[in-house]
Amino acid sequence: MLTRREALLGSVLAAAAVATVGSMPAMASAKEVAGLPREKVTLVAPPFVHAHDQVAKSGPKVVEFTMTIEEKPMVIDADGTQLNAMTYNGSIPGPLMVVHEGDYVELTLINPDTNTLAHNIDFHAATGGLGGGALTLVNPGEQTTLRFKATRSGTFVYHCAPGGPMIPWHVVSGMNGAIMILPRDGLKDDKGKPVRYDHIYYIGESDFYIPRDEQGKFKKYDSAGDNYDDTVKVMRGLIPTHVVFNGKAGSLTGENAMKAKVGETVLIVHSQANRDTRPHLIGGHGDHVWEQGKFANPPAKDLETWFIRGGSAGAALYTFLQPGVYAYVNHNLIEAVELGATAHFTVDGSWDDDLMMQVEAPRAIAS
Amino acid sequence: MPLNPILALGGLACALFTLGATGAVGWLPVPDREFLARSELVTLAPGSFAHPLPGEFLRQNHPVSAPVVRATVAEPFEIMKYQVSASDYRRCVMAGACKPADGRGSGNVPVTGVSHIDAEAYADWLSAETGSAWRLPTDVEWAYAAGERFRGDIEAGETDPNNPAQRWLVQYRTEASLGRQPDPQPRIRGGFGPNSKGVADIAGNVWEWTSTCYVHTTEAADGAGIASSIDNCGVHVVEGFHRTYMSNFIRDGKSGGCAVGTPPDNLGFRLVRDRLNLVQAAIRWLRLS
Repeated sequence: MLTRREALLGSVLAAAAVATVGSMPAMASAKEVAGLPREKVTLVAPPFVHAHDQVAKSGPKVVEFTMTIEEKPMVIDADGTQLNAMTYNGSIPGPLMVVHEGDYVELTLINPDTNTLAHNIDFHAATGGLGGGALTLVNPGEQTTLRFKATRSGTFVYHCAPGGPMIPWHVVSGMNGAIMILPRDGLKDDKGKPVRYDHIYYIGESDFYIPRDEQGKFKKYDSAGDNYDDTVKVMRGLIPTHVVFNGKAGSLTGENAMKAKVGETVLIVHSQANRDTRPHLIGGHGDHVWEQGKFANPPAKDLETWFIRGGSAGAALYTFLQPGVYAYVNHNLIEAVELGATAHFTVDGSWDDDLMMQVEAPRAIAS
Repeated sequence: MPLNPILALGGLACALFTLGATGAVGWLPVPDREFLARSELVTLAPGSFAHPLPGEFLRQNHPVSAPVVRATVAEPFEIMKYQVSASDYRRCVMAGACKPADGRGSGNVPVTGVSHIDAEAYADWLSAETGSAWRLPTDVEWAYAAGERFRGDIEAGETDPNNPAQRWLVQYRTEASLGRQPDPQPRIRGGFGPNSKGVADIAGNVWEWTSTCYVHTTEAADGAGIASSIDNCGVHVVEGFHRTYMSNFIRDGKSGGCAVGTPPDNLGFRLVRDRLNLVQAAIRWLRLS
C-alpha cells in the first residue's frame, strides 16, 4: 500500500524514466541558436498580455521567459470557496507568452522550496520530449531551463504534466496557460489581407472540481495533497463544480471588465486545457476566428459562437461597432450563469441607430 | 394587470391603520406575547421623506432615472428591529407551514435562502400563530425604516437619449465603483448595527423582500405625472445595499437578477405588524379560537 507521498514520488520517477528516452537538441543547432539575438520578456497576469510586435521587426531570436510556480489557496467564487491552487506565476491561467514563428522560446521554470509538489510544463507548441514535460520536471527547490523552437504559428495550450494521475489533477488545479506564436508578418484574414488588433485579452477557462462535505458545502483543505483523494472522486464524475474564466467567477467583471471603444479591434485568445467550451460575445460576433487557433489556416468569418476543444486555445478577432456592456460567455448558459463562465466588456462610443434602435419602448399591448 | 398608481404608495401602505396600539394589546393571545418577548419591534413615527420610486421609467420613449417623490407615512407603524432569524423561521418549518430555507446559518442569524413566496408563507403562519397581522413592508415603509442607509436603484442620471449604451455603461461603472465585495456569510443578528431609527442590519449582507411589485411606468411627455404603467407582481422589489428586483420564486439572489453588476449576497426579510382595531382583533381572535 503506497502512502500519498510515495504515490507522488512514484509519479516523479515515472516521468524521469520517460525523460531518459526524450530527444535532445543537436549540438549544431545549439551553436546556431547561440548566435541569435536574445530578448528578455517579463510576463504579465491575464487577461493582459506583455507588450509585443504584431509583425516581427527582425529575424528569429531567442525569447527568454521566467515562470515561478506557486502553490497557494485561491478563492474561486463569491462564496469564498477555496481551491488549493497550483499556478504558473501565481495566476490562473498562467500568463500568455507571445513570440513569432521561427523564434526560440527559452523558459526558466522555478519551483521554490515553499512548494510541496514536483511540477513540469508541456507546451503543445513544442515538438518532442512530451512537449517539454520530459525535460522540465522540477522538485521543490529546483529550477530548470527549456528551449524549444516555435515552428508552427497559432495559439497553443501549455500545462503541467508530471505523470499519470498527477496530470489531470495539476491541470484542473490551475496549472495551464497558453502561448501565441504569431506569423512573422502578422495575422491575415481569409483572403490573406493583414489584420491587426488594438487590444489583446487572454481568457483561460478552468473547470474546477471542489469536493463537498455531508451538508453539501464545499470543503477546505490545508494543502493540495490533502484534497487529492476527494478531488479525484469529483473529477471522475466529469461534472465540474465551477467553470470560470481567469481563476474565479467574476474575475473579469465590474472594475475588472475588459475595455474597448467603438471602432477598436480586439483579439481574444481563449484557452481551455481540459474540457470543451464554446465562447460567445453577446451582442457581438467573431469577425475572424481561428477556432483551432492555428494561424496557417484561414480564419472562419462572422461566427456567432466558436468551439474551443479541450486541450487547445483559439483566437477571435472582433471590431466593436456599438457601445455598451457586453457579456462574453461560455454559451453553455448553465456554465456561464450558474457555474461562473461570464466576463464583461465595457465599450464606449456613439450608438449606431442603423444597426439597432428601439422603435417603441415597452408599453401596454394595443387593444 | 391593472396598476396601482404608485405615487400613492406612501398613503396606501397605511390605509389599514385605524387605531392606536394601546387598545389592541389586551386582545393578544398568549403565543403572541411569547413571540414578542423574544422579538423586538421598532415603532416608527409618521413622517414624510424624499423617495425615488421603484421600477423602470420611460419618458418620450427613453429610460430615465426614477422620479423622486414626497412619500408619506401617515400613521405610526411597527417593524421588526432585526430580520427574521433562522431559528424563528425554523419554527414555521417545523409547523409544516414553511419550506426549509436554503440558507447557510442556523440559530440567531437572519434566515437566508428564502423566496418572496417563503416570506409570505412565514407572515401568514406567524399571523395565525400570534393573532396579529404580520406582512412584508412596502418599498416605501422599508425605505422609511432604512433611513440614512437607503440607497435605491443604482441610477445613471442624465444620459444622452440617442445613445442607450451610455446609461448601461454609467450604471455598470457606478455599481462597480462602489467596490462592494461579496460577503455571503450571514452574521449574528445585530452584526451590522442599528441605524438612526434603531432598526438593525439594514443594508448589511442580507437583502430583504418587500410587498411592492416591479413596474414599468411611462411618464407624461412633460414629465409631470404618469401616462401609463404596467406592473408585474411575479417580480417584487428587494431592498438592501441597493434596490433590485427578483422573481418571487428566487431564493438565491446571485442567480436571480442583476444580469450585470453586484448581486445580493443573500435574500431574507423582516415583517411589519399591522395594528388591528378592536373589531378586527376580536374577529381574528375568535377565528383562532
